[in-house]
Amino acid sequence: MTNPQMVMYEEEFNQIQTIVDRVVREANAQVVFIIDKNGQLIAAAGETDQLDTTSLASLTAGNIAATGGIAKLLRENEFSTQFHEGERANIHIQLVGNRVILVVIFDNKTSLGLVRLRVKKASEELNSIFEALLSKVQDPQQSTPFAEITDDDIDNLFND
Amino acid sequence: MSFINYLSREINCKIVYYGPGLCGKTTNLQYIYNKTNPEAKGKMISLATETERTLFFDFLPLALGEIRGFKTRFHLYTVPGQVFYDASRKLILKGVDGVVFVADSQIARMEANLESMENLRTNLAEQGYSLDKLPHVIQYNKRDMPSVAPVEELRSLLNPNGMPDFGAIATTGDGVFDTLKAVAKLVLTELKRGGAGG
Repeated sequence: MTNPQMVMYEEEFNQIQTIVDRVVREANAQVVFIIDKNGQLIAAAGETDQLDTTSLASLTAGNIAATGGIAKLLRENEFSTQFHEGERANIHIQLVGNRVILVVIFDNKTSLGLVRLRVKKASEELNSIFEALLSKVQDPQQSTPFAEITDDDIDNLFND
Repeated sequence: MSFINYLSREINCKIVYYGPGLCGKTTNLQYIYNKTNPEAKGKMISLATETERTLFFDFLPLALGEIRGFKTRFHLYTVPGQVFYDASRKLILKGVDGVVFVADSQIARMEANLESMENLRTNLAEQGYSLDKLPHVIQYNKRDMPSVAPVEELRSLLNPNGMPDFGAIATTGDGVFDTLKAVAKLVLTELKRGGAGG
């Protein structure tokens, strides 16, 4: 298939979570999260309790996909940054390595300039983590836990 | 492209409901949403026009239960069925793990069904997928309408590969969960085999 499967291991997750936590702190943001381009939430930090992160992830991915479609029509490779300004909340969306999306939600306690700065640094770090993760996933030595699943396991899931 | 998270022990899969305009894709999701326990579902999102036609997609996150200690979560999406929204349809197919093709059983919609099926094949191929290798099921919806084609006829036109298929009335829920279970099962079986897509 064209897209390799996304797998998250503890080691890489911890590295990613450290970065996301740091961006919340250093950018003075309300919420920071990372999703893959298909809308799956990978990591989140900050005031996530009040947020429907699953919906946000799916809509952000849809947004990035639509913007990517527009870019293609304009023969641009990608519009990798989006910023939406609201009355109370602002959202900064950054495509990282054309693979994952870094989303920062912030209010007027911070500035767009600071958010941009922190996002730029985090993007570079995240990019190398995901590169490493990808090569790990593609390693044929890595087995999937699902190889051991039996047909009965699957059937049992659907027994009401 | 499924997403396996070893840390939270979760597996996430993406299922797309495809089919011609007004065939009942959104109705399938609405029925599933209404009949699922609150703890097993997230919010349903519909990006629709003022006349309630799907503009971009509907989205419904669903938790199905655990397999070997892994929580299985399915993200259900619909595409906009209207022909001119093709660019949006392509985007939603990205990273798909399984497809439900919802056909409109009415004789008058036969051509629209075939056109949509062809469109599905083309759009999948553009992304390097082959429908023949992708887990998918067919639903013959609107069986309650007055002038419907026999299931055998629909099957011979739309299901040459003999994939699981179901007659359905999405408004009352007939066949809706059978369809969902069948595609979820195919997706998990494909994961077990260690592949996805084509």
